Amino acid sequence: MPVLEYLWIIPLLPLLGAAVNGIFGGRWPKKTITAVALSSTTLSFLAALEAVREFLSLSSTEIPWTKSYFTWISAANFRADFALQMDRLTVVMLLVVTGVGWLIHIYSTGYMHDDPGYRRFFSYLNLFMFFMLVLVLAANYLLMFVGWEGVGLCSYLLIGFFFLKQSATNAGNKAFWVNRIGDFGFILGLLLIFRTFGSLDFATVLPRAAGMAADPAGQVGTLTVIALLLFVGATGKSAQVPLYIWLPDAMEGPTPVSALIHAATMVTAGVYMVARSHAIFLNAPVAMQVVAVIGCATALFAATIGLVQTDIKKVLAYSTISQLGYMFLACGVGAFGAGIFHLMTHAFFKGLLFLAAGSVIHAIGGEQDMRKMGGLRKKIPVTFWTMCMATLAIAGAPGFSGFFSKDEILNEAQHASPVLWGLGVLTAGLTSFYMFRLLFLTFLGAPRYDEHKVHVHESPRNMTVPLIVLAVLSVCGGWMAAPQLMGGVNYFERFLAPVLTTGAESAARESTGGGGQILQALIGAPVIAGLVGFLLAWWLYVSSPETPKKIAAALSAPYKLLSGKYFIDELYAAVIVKPLVWLSDRVLWHVVDEGVIDGSVNGIAHISRESGDRLRHANTGNVRSYATWIVFGVLVFTSLLLWMVE
Amino acid sequence: MVPTSYYLVLSAVLFGLGVVAFIFKRNIITVFMAIELMLNAVNLAFVTFSRVLGELQGQVFVFFVIVVAAAESAVGLAIVILIQRNRGTLNVERVDSLKD
Repeated sequence: MPVLEYLWIIPLLPLLGAAVNGIFGGRWPKKTITAVALSSTTLSFLAALEAVREFLSLSSTEIPWTKSYFTWISAANFRADFALQMDRLTVVMLLVVTGVGWLIHIYSTGYMHDDPGYRRFFSYLNLFMFFMLVLVLAANYLLMFVGWEGVGLCSYLLIGFFFLKQSATNAGNKAFWVNRIGDFGFILGLLLIFRTFGSLDFATVLPRAAGMAADPAGQVGTLTVIALLLFVGATGKSAQVPLYIWLPDAMEGPTPVSALIHAATMVTAGVYMVARSHAIFLNAPVAMQVVAVIGCATALFAATIGLVQTDIKKVLAYSTISQLGYMFLACGVGAFGAGIFHLMTHAFFKGLLFLAAGSVIHAIGGEQDMRKMGGLRKKIPVTFWTMCMATLAIAGAPGFSGFFSKDEILNEAQHASPVLWGLGVLTAGLTSFYMFRLLFLTFLGAPRYDEHKVHVHESPRNMTVPLIVLAVLSVCGGWMAAPQLMGGVNYFERFLAPVLTTGAESAARESTGGGGQILQALIGAPVIAGLVGFLLAWWLYVSSPETPKKIAAALSAPYKLLSGKYFIDELYAAVIVKPLVWLSDRVLWHVVDEGVIDGSVNGIAHISRESGDRLRHANTGNVRSYATWIVFGVLVFTSLLLWMVE
Repeated sequence: MVPTSYYLVLSAVLFGLGVVAFIFKRNIITVFMAIELMLNAVNLAFVTFSRVLGELQGQVFVFFVIVVAAAESAVGLAIVILIQRNRGTLNVERVDSLKD
């Protein structure tokens, strides 16, 4: 078991790549930097594949496979090891992170080729891979938190990658601050876990949580509080209402970063964390309801904003928020497997959408406004066709990966609550609409850019090949679930079942798969909603392109509300940011800092200087006067001594 | 037998004379001799106590002090000669460059 014994090698390789490029790469040519960055991720991917192969041949008693490498913290009864763990959930995450990450690294060598920050970019990107792998492989909450914070740091660094642009720096700061709020909740959750279970190891905490009596419905017990605090962390990292505001701004980063960090991997960490802690959540019904409602609300809310965005990457950002909402909806109704399934297919198609959007931006010279695109289909065919695949997948067209995962989620939601299901279906329609709107505005119709100035060109091969690979995955990525429709088994969920469900539950779930579902799914509400969205988009943006303007004019109030993103940013600015700034400026700065802190420090300095000024006249340079002082001192001390002895 | 206090008083008087001379004399060589006087006053006190207590340490100390004083006077006199050469004076009042 070579790789399973040395699991640390998987995260370590990207860290090495980051360190080598970051420390020594200063004068290296681009080729060498590329070689270092790519070989580290390639090797990491291969190591992950080998680890998974070895893992699958383990007997069930050895699972979860946990390896502790050294004791990291040991204080009184608290102990945290640097320990890595592998179970089936880890396998899925590991393959998604290393696989998609590897493809995006390849893509980046083309996309970032002419950027002066080439080396910086790749060392950050490698560093991100390291932290993400630590997050995924960690065997206790504390190590997971290290990865969690590390990916946040890399996200900050890469959002602000073009640091000369004020908006990019601001966006990076915003992401960091908003995530602090979530992480605060996460830390509190960890403290409470430690207080309740006396450990942070998954192997200790989760079975005990599963064994505890569930908090009664409608009541808030310890488990509910833990679950809610963890979920606060997840809302920050995974951009859910009310902490989603950082993700749209994060689009200031280079497009491969948006694809890797802000679509495929990092933002899904919250979903992974919730799924990992499912034992806690399942015993906390109130928390589950909160997760489901927040997820559903986010899905719908973000989708409506996405309808009217004009920046190609902003549409995708809101779409990502919306899809993450779906995943939380799945977790909230207890279908953790479906959530992780959607996480995986989403990583494929949303990663592809971002990369294809990057290819479009690359092709027309940095323009991101869809109103200035159009008619690109013939000029960049590879980008167009791959993007088509991804759009069909996210819209839930039958047979594509998104169809299976979304259908699964909505199916589970229907069992839980018809309202959540209805909103989910509505969101599916909206998703289909804004995605086809994006596709039509970008690729169809007459060109709206200056054809003399902009020379449209297809991207180089190192960018198109990852697109094609991801397109294949976007199409086929969901086929593991296909047999379910014909009365068979959902292989993906069955694969995850040992981790995510108890035996009785999984048996019960499998028995529900009946024949005739294929027809039901094909003519089911989500597919119809997607079709309606598609037709609407076709009508508005292809057959009569003048209509959208008329609609916008007729419904100017709702339109303004949507294009202003419900003015949530402005609301937060007025309610939270402004009072904070006022307090910091007027009280903390001018009173506390200048008055109290500066005052006391300056006061001490003032006293020393004044007294020194007075005393310096005693320093005459005359040896005899010094001698007199010495004698005087000796007399004083001697008499003092004598007086004390007596 | 002479009482111990006599020796100690003599030692104190010699020491006091040394201090007074050290402070009030202007010639560096005199100041220097005042230091030697103080050292020897201390030596006397050491020897006295050595005899009273019947222990040898006091006398050993005295030998140390004499050795160190010899070395010190060698260095000190060299310094005095250099001061005379460089400044053309042996007046302590005029040697006040420590304040700079």
